[in-house]
Amino acid sequence: MTAVTPAPPDTAVRQAPAGAVPPNPPGGRSRLRAAAGFAFGAALLFAVAPLVLSDFRLALLAKYLCVAMVAVGIGIAWGRGGMLTLGQGVFFGLGGYAMAMHLKLADAGPGGMPDFMQLYGQLDELPLWWRPFASPWFALPATVLLPMAVAFGLGSLVFRRRVRGAYFAILSQALAAAMVILLIGQQGTTGGTNGLTDIQGFFGYDLDDPVNQRMVYFIIAAVLLALLALARQLIHSRYGELLVAVRDGEERVRFLGYDPASVKLVAYVVAAGMAGLAGALFVPAVGIISPALIGIVPSIEFVIGVAVGGRATLLGPVLGAVAVAWARTALSERFPGTWTYLQGLLFVVVVAFLPGGLASLWALTRHRAPGPASDRRGWSPLGRRRGDRAEVPAA
Amino acid sequence: MSLLWSRRILAGAMTVVAAAALSACGSKTSDEGGAAGVTADVSGDTVKVGLLNSLSGTMAISEVTVRDSIMLAVEEINAAGGVLGKKIQPVGEDGASDWPTFAEKAEKLISEDRVAAVFGCWTSASRKAVKPVFEKNKALLFYPVQYEGLEQSPYIFYTGATTNQQIVPGLDYLKAQGVKSVYLVGSDYVFPRTANKIIKAYAAANGMTVAGEDYAPLGSTEFGTIVNKVKSSGAAAVFNTLNGDSNVAFFKEYKSAGLTAAAMPVVSVSIAEEEVKGIGTQYLQGQLTAWNYYQTTPGAANSKFVAAYKAKYGADKPTSDPMEAAYVSVYLWKAMVTKAGAFDVEKVRTASDGITFDAPEGLVTVDGKTQHIAKTARIGKIGADGLITEVWNSGKPVAPDPFLKTYPWASGLS
Amino acid sequence: MTVLFGQLFTGISIGAVLLLIALGLALTFGQMNVINMAHGEFIMAGAYTTYVLQQSITSAGLSLVVALPVAFVVAGTMGVLLEILLIRRLYARPLDTLLVTWGVSLMLQQLARDVFGSPNVQTRAPDLLTGNVALPGGLTIANNRLFILALALAAVAALTLALRLTPLGRRIRAVVQNRDLAAVSGIPTARIDRTTFFLGSGLAGLAGVALTLLGPIGPTMGTNLIIDAFLVVVVGGIGQLKGSVIVAFALGVLQATGEYLTTLSVAKVIVFVAIVAFLQWRPQGLFTLRTRSLA
Repeated sequence: MTAVTPAPPDTAVRQAPAGAVPPNPPGGRSRLRAAAGFAFGAALLFAVAPLVLSDFRLALLAKYLCVAMVAVGIGIAWGRGGMLTLGQGVFFGLGGYAMAMHLKLADAGPGGMPDFMQLYGQLDELPLWWRPFASPWFALPATVLLPMAVAFGLGSLVFRRRVRGAYFAILSQALAAAMVILLIGQQGTTGGTNGLTDIQGFFGYDLDDPVNQRMVYFIIAAVLLALLALARQLIHSRYGELLVAVRDGEERVRFLGYDPASVKLVAYVVAAGMAGLAGALFVPAVGIISPALIGIVPSIEFVIGVAVGGRATLLGPVLGAVAVAWARTALSERFPGTWTYLQGLLFVVVVAFLPGGLASLWALTRHRAPGPASDRRGWSPLGRRRGDRAEVPAA
Repeated sequence: MSLLWSRRILAGAMTVVAAAALSACGSKTSDEGGAAGVTADVSGDTVKVGLLNSLSGTMAISEVTVRDSIMLAVEEINAAGGVLGKKIQPVGEDGASDWPTFAEKAEKLISEDRVAAVFGCWTSASRKAVKPVFEKNKALLFYPVQYEGLEQSPYIFYTGATTNQQIVPGLDYLKAQGVKSVYLVGSDYVFPRTANKIIKAYAAANGMTVAGEDYAPLGSTEFGTIVNKVKSSGAAAVFNTLNGDSNVAFFKEYKSAGLTAAAMPVVSVSIAEEEVKGIGTQYLQGQLTAWNYYQTTPGAANSKFVAAYKAKYGADKPTSDPMEAAYVSVYLWKAMVTKAGAFDVEKVRTASDGITFDAPEGLVTVDGKTQHIAKTARIGKIGADGLITEVWNSGKPVAPDPFLKTYPWASGLS
Repeated sequence: MTVLFGQLFTGISIGAVLLLIALGLALTFGQMNVINMAHGEFIMAGAYTTYVLQQSITSAGLSLVVALPVAFVVAGTMGVLLEILLIRRLYARPLDTLLVTWGVSLMLQQLARDVFGSPNVQTRAPDLLTGNVALPGGLTIANNRLFILALALAAVAALTLALRLTPLGRRIRAVVQNRDLAAVSGIPTARIDRTTFFLGSGLAGLAGVALTLLGPIGPTMGTNLIIDAFLVVVVGGIGQLKGSVIVAFALGVLQATGEYLTTLSVAKVIVFVAIVAFLQWRPQGLFTLRTRSLA
């Protein structure tokens, strides 16, 4: 991954004069708290949720948790790295399609073809680019590596040319739009607007069986916790410090001898990998992947969840994503005709008046003494993040 | 540091092992009927039915009126005493023009609300998304929109036209008018692509040529180039399978380019009275449509339907084919339940064959084998008042043939 | 040959539409760095204004002429309200304006649905604008396209002159080039921001009136347009107008040509690829405004 970068972030850190980047304070207390939080989250997801929720609600929660995985990645790329990626749907879709293609082929059996190809494509044999996905040894790694490769290709072009801020946001949005048009246009081989539907089995497990649905939920919950642990490591590493530094003052970091493009690239690629994994797990949980899940609107909705939760925190994006997705379901069930008002209002109020997200609300009520480690590198409750400010002269 | 890292890696590995262990708790063998069937809750003195349409998003322009006419049917049935003595309690959900949301809401209606049947969906994509949900739960969906055929789910009743009740009659009409070449314009999704495949097979067997074929992404409103191509193609007619907003832009462009209904008529299969209202007769007058029902269709049943609809929703609101098909679907369900004497899905399905209903479009009959409806095909011309008047009909209901098995030229299609 | 010229004109007219919807963004995004996702809904407001006016003014021609200034004011006022209520708080966070205005656009769409109903509504175009001009060689040019081209060029000319020659324009340019220096020179930057936003949103209203001649008038009409418009401004380069003008026409011709040779879907993808490639070459857009402020 770091092959083309002249100064990979990790080695760059080591070469840096001591003190340029504050050393990572282990902070025994914060680690302990993190472990406790982790255990609490695991208990909630693995013990409480399956007990109190019906099969249907648990399946919905599985879906929300997939969205939360994307949110963890966006939290790193945007909250920590300042890159507003409005095209995460693309990576989500790549992962999802890779998984769905494999499952469709597995459903069809050896030598078989997915049903829609005969119906709409009238193909006599499997297209060449579908064939590798018959093997789980190709398809499973592809769900993560394919999005990462695309992110790497795009990112190394774009970041090196210092495309950033709103430019990057709009470009990534255009990417999502282009991807949707491309998928829909190739109906015979991609399923078009329908996407890939009616997925029956998951590596031999019948997805119609509620027991297996529950298993998929457990896998998703476990993967989410693993991703959270990974994100925590990343944020608290020296690389994490450097990423925040790039966000807050890209030029200054450059003057200090680092290559901001590589730093951003790593975060972008990691976020893409997480989105791909989320897409891959979404498929067995929901049984469908379609262009409707990867276009501009879902891509913005991914980001909204992160903004609502608190973009620069570790847990904020996860809780925000789950909260927004849950609110969407709950509001639309309660008020089918007017729920979009409430949804829009939620976005407006939280983003405009609570820039730190719901996480800042919690922090404001806590009034605790500044801890030794966590506060310095978190957001500040007033949301005065210099990253954004640097792009425009202050008003 | 390295000690810390190895501990972390160990933790990560343990998580993976845990996940693998978790997967062992699934069951490979699905025991007989283990996943099957949430039964509808009919214990009280009401019976719930689900209404699943897009009330927000791009498809709301069409689906809201379908919701309205389903509600009308429900109210009429309730006023007449309900079904098997139970009042119908409608549970509405918003599909939000988003296919996975349709699947989610369908699951909710079936397993949480335990409805006896669901009415709704519009696009093929939404139907494809909910199909596995209904099949898994062995629950019923009534789908009220004309569609591309090639489908026959045991848990879906298709009350709109399949291809041989709409597209094929449209082509027969053009052929009878002496049209020798057609240009195909459609939105880029399943229905137009499949429809055009059928049209091409038909054309090849009937001495017609296809002068060109173009697709625009759903929601596209830029038709300059496509109309240029149509104009220079020299085709005698256009077969239009565009959906929604694209129709507005297409017809405005068509008129601006100087193309007229007299010189090069357009046969549309997705433009009903409601869409005419949104485009304007200025652009549409004289163009042709293929449907099974128009607001102007004669008959007492239709007069009653139109009057009831206008009384409830406003005198300026037109009625259209999908609205009528949705309205009829509720009555058909009622007739099936009454015949079966129960709300039980399998009993209702068994009872469905041969059910007839004196619908606003005329007599319709349920074909139990395909779960489609025999309907009369009608070609109409759009008038200056925004209404569509019939210029041709099939004379009698056309039996549904979703896989076009009875048409020799279609043998290569399915 | 006829086809070629026909396509060239189609490309130019696509460019004119792009220009008209992007012009307002060139002000609000280009000059003020506000990513207003509700711009599409301001276009929608302009279109519905035409519809409402036609309920009382029966002459299609007259109602169109009246609709232009009225829609400008309606959309402009909506823009100012948005600025006062929300955007004012967000100048330091341009990326957040995107999310906030996205929420606003969701609400405005639902509002349109509740007020005007979910189905599209129709407006009548004056007969003059549904015809076409016949040129030698069988070539025809649609009148509504000519009208939109003229409107777009007139809007560009008026805006350019206003920015160049009027005291207000001078102040706007001063604020864009160096906000702090403008502020210490006594320019009321907050009021200038508000005026700029009024102009930018008003232009969206104008575009909405023009679009009633071409496309649907419905609650979601704005969402399909907004991304293309942003791309025009991004590629054109922010802080000035000429980049947007050139890029709008270039993209229009590129799309029309691509579409003629392939399909509409492929043409759209070609345009996106071209944009990414272009930004590799000129990451700040076609023209950049050189300022002394540290970015």
